Amino acid sequence: MKICRLDNIFIIRTLKIKVMCLAIPGKIESVNLQYDDTVRMAKVSFGGITKEASLEMLPDAHVGDYVLVHVGVAISKVNEQEANKTFDYLEEIGDLGELEDVDEYLPKKEGR
Amino acid sequence: MKEYRDPQLAKKYLDEIKRTVTQDWTIMEVCGGQTHSLVKNGIIEMLPEQITMIHGPGCPVCVTPLNLIDKAIYLALVKNVILCSFGDMLRVPGSRMNLLEAKAKGADIRVLYSPLEAIKIAEENPEQDIVFFAVGFETTAPANALSVIHAHRKGLSNYSILASHVLVPPAMKAVINDEENQIDGFLAAGHVCTIMGNAEYYPLSEQHGVPIVVTGFEPLDVLQGILMVLRQLEADKTGVENQYSRIVKEEGNPEAQKMIFEVFEVKDQMWRGIGEIPDSGFALKDKYQAFDAAKKYNVEIEEAPEHPDCISGQIMKGIKKPYECSQFGKKCKPTNPLGAPMVSSEGACAAYYHFSGLAEK
Repeated sequence: MKICRLDNIFIIRTLKIKVMCLAIPGKIESVNLQYDDTVRMAKVSFGGITKEASLEMLPDAHVGDYVLVHVGVAISKVNEQEANKTFDYLEEIGDLGELEDVDEYLPKKEGR
Repeated sequence: MKEYRDPQLAKKYLDEIKRTVTQDWTIMEVCGGQTHSLVKNGIIEMLPEQITMIHGPGCPVCVTPLNLIDKAIYLALVKNVILCSFGDMLRVPGSRMNLLEAKAKGADIRVLYSPLEAIKIAEENPEQDIVFFAVGFETTAPANALSVIHAHRKGLSNYSILASHVLVPPAMKAVINDEENQIDGFLAAGHVCTIMGNAEYYPLSEQHGVPIVVTGFEPLDVLQGILMVLRQLEADKTGVENQYSRIVKEEGNPEAQKMIFEVFEVKDQMWRGIGEIPDSGFALKDKYQAFDAAKKYNVEIEEAPEHPDCISGQIMKGIKKPYECSQFGKKCKPTNPLGAPMVSSEGACAAYYHFSGLAEK
């Protein structure tokens, strides 16, 4: 999966200066219960640096999953199927040719 | 993550953007993280000149009201209080000083990575009062809410938060409705949508006739987002698309939303440099009033004026660029910011300053 090769220096720098806006993807290495066994906490590895993150917002996240962590809380599971879309997008639009069919890309509203 | 910075693929995107564009368009990237990526990677200069990127109000550090910074400083100086904060708030100018200067005056201020750490500090220091400066967009709200839930569950009476939460879609609406705006399309803030989902953008896009593309933060994400907006504009279409689908689900994160609305309710909110925006902030619900630091300490501080030379409001609404400010890089630098956008790395002024070569001069 393409997203997992992280730029270590970038991560070290950003974790050190403790900026709040940043959310970074990392891999869950282990899960344990804390706070009187009420809270699932994970050890998440960001290219070798490990940080703790709460899994309270992601009940279905498990060891081996990639999750986006923001200020100590895992907020989203990285969708591996979707991760390649940015690399394939140009080819896709190349295949489809001209602009007239933008509608095809727009998400169907009833699905939202 | 490296691949999302691949220069060759970036060039392909730029070429496709150049091929697609036929007329002038103005696109706003809402989030400061996207501004940072655009400026740092020199994308702005590489885009065809028909495309003007303007930088939105998407930096929580920058839009936290001056009055709240003053309140945080006041609280930090209260005896027995430990004020905990994210690191980037410390140098934001208050009306008399910033938090860093308050620390030099003896205030106990701790820089934390997560609000959950503040709960640990509260448990370890039962004799002291812990106040967490809970700043952020929708992205940070669940973590801040979680800290209150933990404190409530543990019965901690020495923990409270000074909340300054801002919500992005109402601010986008305010920016569109501003008479001076010329925005044709938006890159919406990906991480905000991670939590809240995309539902709020459909009416916004429809009513105002603007394409909105939920976009990530890596150079390729931003380029793809721009291309997706551009393709809609050139085809005279308006809709909501999700460039950042590897992270953002259409419905957002329901667990996180549950957590937020357990603790917070929507209220009108002041934005520094912009003014009050209806329904654009979070306040603690009645059930959690005991955790409201402003009420607990009865903090009333008079509104102070902004620095007269600072034009951050116009910058955050996208009306002016940082280099159009008379004090940019002169009186106002990251080491001595006159306004908040020069402080945070996500702030438009700081991004321009760091990557325009000024910092080396």
